[in-house]
Amino acid sequence: MRIRAQMGMVMNLDKCIGCHTCSVTCKNVWTNRRGTEYVWFNNVETKPGRGYPRDYEDQERWKGGWELDKHGRLRLRAGGKLKKLATIFHNPDLPTLDDYYEPWTYDYEHLISAPSSDVQPVAQPISQVTGDPLKLERGPNWDDDLAGSETSAALDVDRRGLEEQVRIEFEQAFMMYLPRICEHCINPSCVASCPSGAMYKREEDGIVLVDQEACRSWRYCVSGCPYKKVYFNWQTGKAEKCNLCYPRLEAGLPTVCSETCVGRLRHLGVVLIDSDRVEQAASVPDEHDLLQAQLSLFLDPEDPEVRAQARRDGIADDWIEAARRSPVYALAKRFGVALPLHPEYRTLPMVWYVPPLSPVESLIEHTLDPDAGADDVFGTIEQLRIPVEYLASFLSAGDPEPVRASLRRLMTMRAYMRAKNLHGEAEAQVAHDVGMSVEDLEEMYQQVAIADYHDRYVLPKRHGELSASVLVDQGACGIDFTQPGVQAPDPAGAAEGPAEDFDLRRYLVEPMRGEEGSPDGR
Amino acid sequence: MDRWEILLWVVLPYAAVAVFVTGHWFRYRRDQYGWGARSTQLLESRALRYGSNLFHLGALAAIGGHVMGILVPRSLTDAVGLGERSYHVIAGVGGLVAGGAATAGLLILVWRRAHYPRVRVTTTRMDVATFGLLAASILTGMWATIANVIDEALYRETVAPWFRGLLTLDPDPSLMAGVPLAFAVHVSIVWLLYALWPFSRLVHVWSIPIDYFRRSPISYRGAVGAARARR
Repeated sequence: MRIRAQMGMVMNLDKCIGCHTCSVTCKNVWTNRRGTEYVWFNNVETKPGRGYPRDYEDQERWKGGWELDKHGRLRLRAGGKLKKLATIFHNPDLPTLDDYYEPWTYDYEHLISAPSSDVQPVAQPISQVTGDPLKLERGPNWDDDLAGSETSAALDVDRRGLEEQVRIEFEQAFMMYLPRICEHCINPSCVASCPSGAMYKREEDGIVLVDQEACRSWRYCVSGCPYKKVYFNWQTGKAEKCNLCYPRLEAGLPTVCSETCVGRLRHLGVVLIDSDRVEQAASVPDEHDLLQAQLSLFLDPEDPEVRAQARRDGIADDWIEAARRSPVYALAKRFGVALPLHPEYRTLPMVWYVPPLSPVESLIEHTLDPDAGADDVFGTIEQLRIPVEYLASFLSAGDPEPVRASLRRLMTMRAYMRAKNLHGEAEAQVAHDVGMSVEDLEEMYQQVAIADYHDRYVLPKRHGELSASVLVDQGACGIDFTQPGVQAPDPAGAAEGPAEDFDLRRYLVEPMRGEEGSPDGR
Repeated sequence: MDRWEILLWVVLPYAAVAVFVTGHWFRYRRDQYGWGARSTQLLESRALRYGSNLFHLGALAAIGGHVMGILVPRSLTDAVGLGERSYHVIAGVGGLVAGGAATAGLLILVWRRAHYPRVRVTTTRMDVATFGLLAASILTGMWATIANVIDEALYRETVAPWFRGLLTLDPDPSLMAGVPLAFAVHVSIVWLLYALWPFSRLVHVWSIPIDYFRRSPISYRGAVGAARARR
């Protein structure tokens, strides 16, 4: 057994109000540069919906993630290394900008420079890539809140086979939000797809990064990631991705998306995993067993032997202590309420979700009277085919049982705490009925309902003193800029001054400045 | 000997090679971030599919043909029983197919770069120079190939030994004295392309991911005490 520490996140979907604050703050920190306008390390999707990029979950088309070959061995869905080399001149599985959207801004300048006329001047949309006027036909949240659901939600990949149950008619519609970041998978297919060896997992916390200096623009990580969370910077020709805000994590601070989440729905923590059994866990024949297989990799930090082994494998004591208090371990394994996104991709993702009760409840409102007791609600969960099966289509490889089990525990917790608050006491039996102890149930309440800052984020700091050399990894860390000194576009659109020195990079990477002016006012 | 001949057939090649070598050394050390193919497939994929595949496969085949025609001495092909006549047919047909594919591919790529505004905005001055020299190299190469098919020029008696002389540091510019114009122009332009190579996106050629076949699927890099795995 070789133990590694792996950083993970759990999002409690019941609390997501779809405000996109996480996306905006993330973008302001990481992807407000030219070449990354369309890049959303964090985005929030409305489900049912097509996702971003559109239909990214359709692996028949994009060939992301892993599959088992006929001998039951794990292999990349997109094909082997030889096939990659053969198609290196044109990657057949790569989405184009049109599958995302062409980023745009507005011609605000026109509002003040337009000549006098009888009508109001209009700031028309212009492409941030080309600077040309753009007809807006798609965007990063085009189907937000079920907008245009006749044509968008209807095409949701997760709805396939459930068309009858998951209705999109107005009266029967339900929706939920799904915030997504990079999964920082234990078995990342993007890393395995990278021909240059530029992508790697950090040994100390499992964060997946792109070495910007080693990336050679082969773009197989983009198509290899089934979540489409590796993006291609069209300006630099290098892949970029969510880095789990590791500079913040190293200092013990939560990611920007977590910190700014108004619903406080994100939890961050360390899990001790058995890294020797990763391949075995990812190769279980039945997709429905993947959840349990991944959970079996999460070692119990209360087990003294696990702790001793972790220490032998070089994990620092404060990290082991953090693993004991980890909200990710608690929600995923101890309480068993969090589920991974699309486990069937076999990447063993590390961003998990507590399924939302709200779509269930909205249905209950239609079918039950408001004073229905917990038993009635249980009965309803059991009977409901929607939206349990729909949730299962992306949270448990289509197996409704883990979703039901999670929802049952969440309902029980509510009923139990409600009884305790109203009557001063509650029956322990309700907890036992869903396989939990009263202590666990109350702790779960603390974690998912109260969710104090220090319960949500249990982040041990990086042991920088143990690093061989911090400077050696400069440029290898997933962040770099074409021109030293010019690190982000000036939002005010100020013109760039002339470069002080001759810089070869200006010739090599900077596009020519067209006479007609450059996009987004730069 | 004409000073122009020495300039063209001795000085230019060695100067180009010197720039080629030191340029690569310099850029590899100083500009890892800029080193790569700088793919534009994200911005436009359909035309690239045909253009890129045709161009790359054609160019690779053409390079193979050059190796055969220039580096393999005539005595060797004669020894394995490949007569002049059959060599000429193979070289002519192979050259036309490979060069034709590369030319078609390049035309598609140039058209694509000019036609799609998204691709156009990513074009650097260096790209324009690279495309220009590539186009000139390939078109003059086609010219030489076609000229050679029509009227056989025994380049294996002139260009090839001259080139091998460059490699053995014993260049004989007089060998190039009587070569047809197409060959002379083609050869000279390609030296310029070599000189430009290290500063262009062509450096991606040296990053063919051979290592991929040896690497384990999941790479780890540790901050603690581990040597950094590079490329």
